[in-house]
Amino acid sequence: MTELTLGKALGAGLRRALRDDDKVVLLGEDIGRLGGVFRITDGLLDEFGPTRVIDTPLAESGIVGTAVGLAFRGYRPGVEIQFDGFVYPAFDQIVSQVAKLHYRTQGRVKMPITIRIPWAGGIGAAEHHSESPEAYFVHTAGLRVIAVSSPEDAYRSLRQAIACDDPVIFFEPKRLYHHKGEVDLGAPLADAPPMGLARVVREGSDATVLTYGAMVTTALQAAEAAEDEDISLEVIDLRSLSPVDYGTVAASVRKTGRVVVAHEASREAGVAAEVIASVTELCFEYLESAPVRVTGHDVPYPPAKLEKYHLPDLDRILDAVDRVLDRPHSVSGADA
Amino acid sequence: MSPQITPIADTAQDLELSERILAPDGTRLSNPRLDGYVADVDASVLRSLLRDMVILRRIDAEGVALQRQGQLGLWAPCQGQEATQIGTARALAPQDYIFPSYRETGVIYARGAQPADYVRMWRGEEGAAYDPAALRVAPLQIIIGAQTLHAVGYAIGIKHDGADEVAVTYFGDGATSQGDVNEAMIFASSYQAPVVFVCQNNHWAISEPVAVQSQFPIAGRAPGFGIPSLRVDGNDVLACMAAMRWALEHARAGRGPAYIEAVTYRMGPHTTADDPTRYRTEAELEAWRSRDPIARLEAHLRAAGELTDEQAAEHRQAADALAAQMRAACLGMVTRPPLAVFDGVYAEPHTGLQRQRDEYAAYLATFEGEA
Ligand SMILES: Cc1ncc(C[n+]2csc(CCOP(=O)(O)OP(=O)(O)O)c2C)c(N)n1
Repeated sequence: MTELTLGKALGAGLRRALRDDDKVVLLGEDIGRLGGVFRITDGLLDEFGPTRVIDTPLAESGIVGTAVGLAFRGYRPGVEIQFDGFVYPAFDQIVSQVAKLHYRTQGRVKMPITIRIPWAGGIGAAEHHSESPEAYFVHTAGLRVIAVSSPEDAYRSLRQAIACDDPVIFFEPKRLYHHKGEVDLGAPLADAPPMGLARVVREGSDATVLTYGAMVTTALQAAEAAEDEDISLEVIDLRSLSPVDYGTVAASVRKTGRVVVAHEASREAGVAAEVIASVTELCFEYLESAPVRVTGHDVPYPPAKLEKYHLPDLDRILDAVDRVLDRPHSVSGADA
Repeated sequence: MSPQITPIADTAQDLELSERILAPDGTRLSNPRLDGYVADVDASVLRSLLRDMVILRRIDAEGVALQRQGQLGLWAPCQGQEATQIGTARALAPQDYIFPSYRETGVIYARGAQPADYVRMWRGEEGAAYDPAALRVAPLQIIIGAQTLHAVGYAIGIKHDGADEVAVTYFGDGATSQGDVNEAMIFASSYQAPVVFVCQNNHWAISEPVAVQSQFPIAGRAPGFGIPSLRVDGNDVLACMAAMRWALEHARAGRGPAYIEAVTYRMGPHTTADDPTRYRTEAELEAWRSRDPIARLEAHLRAAGELTDEQAAEHRQAADALAAQMRAACLGMVTRPPLAVFDGVYAEPHTGLQRQRDEYAAYLATFEGEA
C-alpha cells in the first residue's frame, strides 16, 4: 500500500496503462512538458515520449476527433479535457461520433476512448472551471460515465476505463485532487471489482444517501453529524453514472426505505432525477417516504464568492434527511 | 509542387485557375505539372476509367429511382462528380484508408462496394452501409466535416506505426467552413500526418453557393496551414487522378498532408429531398452540362480511335447489370428483429441497457401466440 493523493493516483494509473499496453496514447492540451495544468500527466512525456503522450493544438473537437481516428486504427486514446467547461466544443464529436460508431457499425468499429475531465466546483475557480456536465453524457447512449472519489478508486477505475472497449467519460473531482489515501499499486486489475459497481462507503439503517464525486466527502460528514442525533445514514458512492449499479442501490433502499440523492450538478433533468425515478420503479413498495434531491440550483455555475450557496453542504443534506425521515423540525419538510 | 493561388473576385469559380489535362471537348492538353503523374495511363486504363464513371452514373440513377419508388428514405446523388470520385479513388493503394462524406458513392464503388452496400444505410437497415474493415472505408459521414478529424487521427496512427499507408478524407465546399475541417488541417500540419484532404467543390452546399463559404479559391487556404495544395478541374478524370497521385506521393514520402480542391458541379439536387430549382438557374446547369466528365473522356477516346461501339455497349451492360443487382439487393433486404435495436450500443455488457432490453423482450413476449 502506498499513500497517494487522488491526483498522483490518477497519474500512476495512466503510467501503468501506458506501460501495460503500447496501444494506449494520451492526448491533450499541455499534458506533455507541463504535465497538465493539474500535473496529472507529470513525467509521462519523459518516460513514454511524444508519440505516446501528445501535446495537442488548442482545439477540443480536434482532440476528440483525432482520438476517434486513432481508435479506428486500433489505438486506445486517453484524452484530457483541460476543464469541465471546455468540453462543449468537443461535444459533437463525443455524442455524434465517439458514442455512436460502435452502434452504427454493428460493433465492427470500437471506440475505446477515455475522456478525462477535471470536474466540478468548490475550489473558487474562474468562470467555466467548476461545471458539472455529467447529465449530458449520461443521457447519451453509447457512453459510460464514471466519477471517482478516492485515490484507490481513481487508480483502479482509470485503468479499467482505458482497458474498456467502450468510450468512458471519466470525471475527476478537482476538489479532491489533493486528498490522500492508500493505494495498492500492485493490485492486478483482474481481481478488482468491476468498474460500474457502486460502493457502500458507510453502512447505516435509517436512510440511504446516494451521491458521487466530491460530494461523497460531504455526505460522510453529514452522516457523522447525523450520528450525534442517533440517525444512522448509509452512504453510497455511485462511482458509475452510466450504468448505475441499481443492485447495490436497491439493496440499500430496501433496507432503509428512505432515500436522499445529492450532487453538485443542477437539478432539472439531472442524475438525481433519473436515480429517483429508477429507485421508485424498482422498490416503490419499500419506500417509507418520497425521495428527496439535494442539488446545485438551476443557475449557471455562480461566481466563486457565491458557490457556497450553490453547492450542497452538510446542512442541506441533513435537512433532506430530516425530510425523508419526516422529522418535525425539518425546515424544508414543512408544507410548501 | 506548389501551385500559385491567385485570389479571385468571383468564386462562381474561374475554372481557368484550375489544373487540367483534358479540355471539355476531350482534347488532350499539355500540363507540365501533372503530365508526369499520368504518363503510364494508356488507352485501356482510360477505358476502364470511363467504364467506372458510366457504371457510377448508373448506380446513382438507380439510387434516385429506388428513392422515388419508396424503397430508400433518401439518396445523395453524385451525378457530375464522377471524374472527381473515380479519378481520385482509383489512384489509391489497397492499404490506404478513406473517411468519406455521404456523397462518395463513386469512392466506395472504386473500393469494391457490393450492390447492397450502396443502399443499406439509405434504406435505414443499418447505420453503416458496409463493413469498414473490408473496404477500408469508414462509415459514410452525415455530420459535415467530422470525418476529416478522424482521417487525421488515423494518419497520426499510421505515422506512429511506421506503416506505408495514407489516410484520405473527402468533404464538400460547405464543409470547409466547419471548425472541424480547420482543426483537422491544424492537427495534420502540426504532426505532419500522412493524410490527403479532398475537397469536392461542387459549388453548392444545399442552397448556399460556394461564395458564401469562401471568397477565395478553397485550395488557397491549405498553404496557410502549411499544407501544399492543388486546384484541379474536377470534371477531368485524368487531372483528378494525377492530383491524387501527387498528393499520395507527397504523403507517402513522409512530407505530411496534402490538399486537393476538385472544382466540379453537382448536377442533380443536393439529395432527393431537395428542390434546386428554388436556388439555381437553368443557364448555370446548361453551362456545366457542356463540361460533363463522362462525355469529355468519351470524346477523347473516340477521337483517338480508342473506343468502339461494342466497348461502349459493354460499359452500359455492366452498368445495367450492377443496377439490377443493387435493386434486387435492396428489395430483398430483411429488416432485423425488434430486439436488434439494442445490438451493438456497447462493446461490453451495460446493466442499464440490459434492463431495458429485458423489459422490452418481456413486453414483446406478451404478443406471442397472437396472429
Ligand atoms: C454539422 C452539420 N450541419 C448541417 C448539416 C445539414 N447538411 C447536410 S448536407 C449540407 C450541405 C453540405 O454541403 P457541402 O459540404 O458543400 O457538401 P455537398 O453536400 O455539396 O457534397 C448540410 C447543411 C449536417 N449534415 N451537418
